[in-house]
Amino acid sequence: MALAKKLLEVKRRIISNYGIGFHTVSKRLYEMKHEGNASKETHFGFETVKETEKAEKVHSVFETVASKYDLMNDAMSFGVHRVWKDIFIQRLGPTADTLLLDVAGGTGDIAFRFLKYMHIAGKMSGRVTVCDINEAMLDVGQSRAEKLGFSSKQIDWLQADAEKLPIDDASFTAYTIAFGIRNVTHIDRVLEEAYRVLKPGGRFMCLEFSQLNNEMLQWMYDQYSFQVIPVMGQIIAGQWKPYQYLVESIRRFPNQEDFKAMIEDAGFCQVNYENISFGIVAIHSGFKLCS
Amino acid sequence: MCRLLKCCCGPSSKTMKMLISLIMARKLCGIYHVCYTWGKTNVIPRRFLAAINNDFKRAKFEEDFLSSHIETTGFQKFLLTVGSAAVSLLDPTRADMIAVMGETAGDSAFRYILQTMQSDSEGQEILRNRPRINSLTVDLEKLRQMPDGTLGRAYIAFLDYNKVTPDSRLTVQFVDDVKLAYVVQRYREVHDLIHTVLGMPTNMLGEVTVKWVEAIQTRLPMCVGGALFGPLRLYPKQRQKYVKYYLPWAIQTGTNCKFLMNIYYEHRWEQPIIELHEELHIKMLEVPKS
Repeated sequence: MALAKKLLEVKRRIISNYGIGFHTVSKRLYEMKHEGNASKETHFGFETVKETEKAEKVHSVFETVASKYDLMNDAMSFGVHRVWKDIFIQRLGPTADTLLLDVAGGTGDIAFRFLKYMHIAGKMSGRVTVCDINEAMLDVGQSRAEKLGFSSKQIDWLQADAEKLPIDDASFTAYTIAFGIRNVTHIDRVLEEAYRVLKPGGRFMCLEFSQLNNEMLQWMYDQYSFQVIPVMGQIIAGQWKPYQYLVESIRRFPNQEDFKAMIEDAGFCQVNYENISFGIVAIHSGFKLCS
Repeated sequence: MCRLLKCCCGPSSKTMKMLISLIMARKLCGIYHVCYTWGKTNVIPRRFLAAINNDFKRAKFEEDFLSSHIETTGFQKFLLTVGSAAVSLLDPTRADMIAVMGETAGDSAFRYILQTMQSDSEGQEILRNRPRINSLTVDLEKLRQMPDGTLGRAYIAFLDYNKVTPDSRLTVQFVDDVKLAYVVQRYREVHDLIHTVLGMPTNMLGEVTVKWVEAIQTRLPMCVGGALFGPLRLYPKQRQKYVKYYLPWAIQTGTNCKFLMNIYYEHRWEQPIIELHEELHIKMLEVPKS
């Protein structure tokens, strides 16, 4: 009885000192010990979230939008995204011995265009690995591949995190990532992985939304993005928040020059970029040449 | 309490003291509610407990509202109205589009409903407590066990027969004022109960009839639209019945009966429906079988 009273007294003293519940005291101490891992923060659109949470939130965004992803792409860009992706593959200029890894390639737009390019150029030997962290997007991609008549011999579908690819070093000659790199938690880790899995002489190419070079046009683009796109998302796909995240994440992504510097930091050479549609999208390209 | 014991019992035995203390503890438990949360012990008189619980419910609606509310500019509201109207007409299966259109286009109607609820004592109670109707707040099993002829039994029979759940109502996203948002949410959740009270099934005929009653009472644009344009989709035989029996009854009921959103249904599960009809001045529709 006296012991119980003493324990209660101790607990009361701790609570009165810390002013919060006992369990949160111990949780706080645990967090202080493991500070490095748990409490680093990053951006999720205009919100700030813990790094560990960002991957989950992005995952749920893409799971929600997967079924109407392609329809929404067409609606939001009025079909122009097809032109951007066509230009992207033309800049890549694949040859008969290109081994392509398409990361964040979910619904397969880049992969299908690559295979069509090889087909038109008369080379039937194209082979591409599509990698995405989200199963729902890969499922949509696989069903589209069946509908369009691509055989499973030509496309490999791999579910993996771009920051930790389960791929051997130096296995591909081309690495593409289209509209995916702004959703990752650590861009630098993705670039390092890209460097690792490319063969010497391999090419890294990235198609991503970027900043416009003209202020007036940037303003018009902002108005369209923030006023119209989430409304389109609500009406066509029945979801507002994923599309709000989309337009916010575009603003948070580094501009053309900063991203070029990040690619160079990862070890790539001959890095340059090309603005398409006044800078709405930019194609960054780098080579694994320097040893 | 120990001093009390010493005073009344004096030098009596330990067991007597324990018994008396137990009895006193039970009596006190009946008067006070002991709430223990993370190191703080609160002793609340029970007569205030209901009020505090209602505060939690009211605060809970505000939480739900804040998490599901989306800020929209006037231009976006306009786009939403036009877009959702177009999609509702082109694809009637998109119930969420009908809901969005209702939210963006119904501002003056929401204010009218809020005003009507505020001028009635039961409506005021609903607005104060902000009760929600979903499978978590309503004990459906308990309703199943109620005697036949009560509102609760009729409601659960309606849900089971039409295979609907009270969870299928979307949360309000585009109404900016929390009071108006609650009114809209209440309207959506009470719709099935209005079906039950009026005795209308969920086929096209029943839905149009309920829409007429709701349109007359609430003046919501979606209800008015549904009431005016819904009958265009009826088959000729249904249309005859509609014009002869359902429509006049709907107009009469809509104008005569008490404001259906002013009724605190959660307090009336055990009320016999006949009594409820008398209270609300509703006469059930009798369609002679031809």
